Amino acid sequence: MTSAILLQALGLVLDPYVLMVIFFSALFGLFVGCIPGLTATMATALLVPVTFFMPPIPAVAAIVTATAMAIFSGDIPGALLRIPGTPASAAYTDETYRMTLKGQAELALGAGLVFSAIGGLFGTFVMILFAPALADFALRFSSFEYFWLVVLGLSGALIASSAGRLKSAISLLVGLLIASVGMENPAAHPRFTMGINDLMGGVDLIPMMVGMFAISELLRYVTNMAPPAVIVTEKIGNIFAGMWQLTKKYPWQILRGSTVGTVVGIQPGAGGDIAAWMSYATSKKFSKEPEKFGTGHVEGVVESGAANNSALAGAWIPAMVFGIPGDSITAIAIGVLYMKNLNPGPTLFTNNPENIYAIFMVFILANLVMIPLGWLTVKLATKILRVASNILMPSILLFCIVGSFAINNSVFGVTLILFFGLLAFVLEENGFPIAPAILGVVLGKMLEENFVTSMIKSDGDPLVFFTRPIAMWLALATFVVLIWPVGAWAVRKLRSLG
Amino acid sequence: MKINDALSGAILLAFALLILFLIRDYPTIPGQNIGPAAFPGLLAGLLAVCSLALIWRGLRQQPRGRWLEFGAWIRSGLHLRNFLLTIASLLFYILASEALGFIVTATILLAILFWALKVRPGLIVPLAIGVTLLIHLIFYKGLRVPLPWGILLPVQW
Repeated sequence: MTSAILLQALGLVLDPYVLMVIFFSALFGLFVGCIPGLTATMATALLVPVTFFMPPIPAVAAIVTATAMAIFSGDIPGALLRIPGTPASAAYTDETYRMTLKGQAELALGAGLVFSAIGGLFGTFVMILFAPALADFALRFSSFEYFWLVVLGLSGALIASSAGRLKSAISLLVGLLIASVGMENPAAHPRFTMGINDLMGGVDLIPMMVGMFAISELLRYVTNMAPPAVIVTEKIGNIFAGMWQLTKKYPWQILRGSTVGTVVGIQPGAGGDIAAWMSYATSKKFSKEPEKFGTGHVEGVVESGAANNSALAGAWIPAMVFGIPGDSITAIAIGVLYMKNLNPGPTLFTNNPENIYAIFMVFILANLVMIPLGWLTVKLATKILRVASNILMPSILLFCIVGSFAINNSVFGVTLILFFGLLAFVLEENGFPIAPAILGVVLGKMLEENFVTSMIKSDGDPLVFFTRPIAMWLALATFVVLIWPVGAWAVRKLRSLG
Repeated sequence: MKINDALSGAILLAFALLILFLIRDYPTIPGQNIGPAAFPGLLAGLLAVCSLALIWRGLRQQPRGRWLEFGAWIRSGLHLRNFLLTIASLLFYILASEALGFIVTATILLAILFWALKVRPGLIVPLAIGVTLLIHLIFYKGLRVPLPWGILLPVQW
């Protein structure tokens, strides 16, 4: 039975079309990650209009592969230009740049590549081990448990946010409100459509994401006044030299980075960037030679390089099991799964197990092809970094326009990317993070549906939200997560007064 | 464009109140005392509380600074122009693509942006046409997206 499913899954993945999609998305991800200003999230947003035309497995494969590659290749401009290619590389950009100045660019990029792949594989194996069991457990959940699960996920996203909690909360509420536009609600009443027919079905997720992640980046590019960066080295030798010695020297660091990364990834709202920052700090704290950190020392790069890629896999666990995204990339991916009628949730594991196993295999494959293709990218890096951004950026703008038009063959999609691009640009300029808004939009319908269903079931008695055992524990966890910072703040205040 | 927290809070508060106003006469599900107004109403209430906290925080900030502060790029004519051109090019596409067709609109749009971002003059027109045709090939031929032909309809391929 299981082996039959595995063979079926293998058949889905080894399809020549799927392999071709993986290959080209890998090159695309490596390229986008390498260009400063184009992030892994943006790579996903640009891919989504194209995946719209694919069957489910290649669509997911494209996203998984491109993001894994982009997270690694973000290390390249970090080491060569001191500009992180994606936010996930920011934690150790200074370190790798200093290594390059010391003539160790090979070691920095090699460590980034090899331990990214190891971290990614680690996260994948955790996912393979735990996701099916978790899905089995989740089959017992009713609307009450789902309600609390979504609230818990959203509260966790606020706590994990690196920006201020108040502004994250506002961003989240705005996202949830955007999700309530349209007729898809109890009683099918057209809400906030302002008489626009295109809004009857709600705000289309894809144009919104393209606007928030791609158009806003383009606006930041044209308003960026920083002088162009200079590439510090031209020749990059064998990046695999010394990797085995590093593995033997830092086994605990690799394991710790991968574990922290996976756990942070599972946590909704926190992705590769937070995982890398946390792991870099942990690495320094427990290092035998913390004084070397910041001077071009490879230890922190090994640990946080593993962390950001394992976070990527970790984020898929709640995404597939509960339909709750672990970061903005999986938030986009969940949108794609819904469009493909591959609704994430525990039933996906029982009804279509071959699809789940195929996704697991795509993860393994993506992390394996990362090594040769990543090597190739490093070899070509000094050329890629010279790609004229003044030609690239307008071309990306046109791509965004066509991509958002293609979803409904309507120019209204272009209106949406303009609106949400400007909105995201202004929000970010004022310190409101974008990730909570995306989580809100993706989870809004699910939250409302479970809230209203539970309210109807409970016949107006709010106590029912707490009486089922699992629901009670989830509710308790939510309150702890939400009250913890308030409590800690109150204790600090009292101490400072007394 | 940096908006003072107190001012952003006031804008958000107005937004929350507007939502509460809009949902006041939404129907309920027949036979239930809950309906499509409950969820947005709850959210708007929470948003109003958060905006009040933001206003309070903005007013308490010392020194308070100006209500609106413009980044350096707004004072740099070139960057402001490029920002406005990017927005204008999207508006241009929304308004003109149906009548002029994708190929003409996209070529004009790219040529203007390439010029604004200082691509070498000799390259501007060939690149604008080349990129447009490439994207047209991918989406129109490859993915079968019905991009409008507009004035080129008689010679469509």
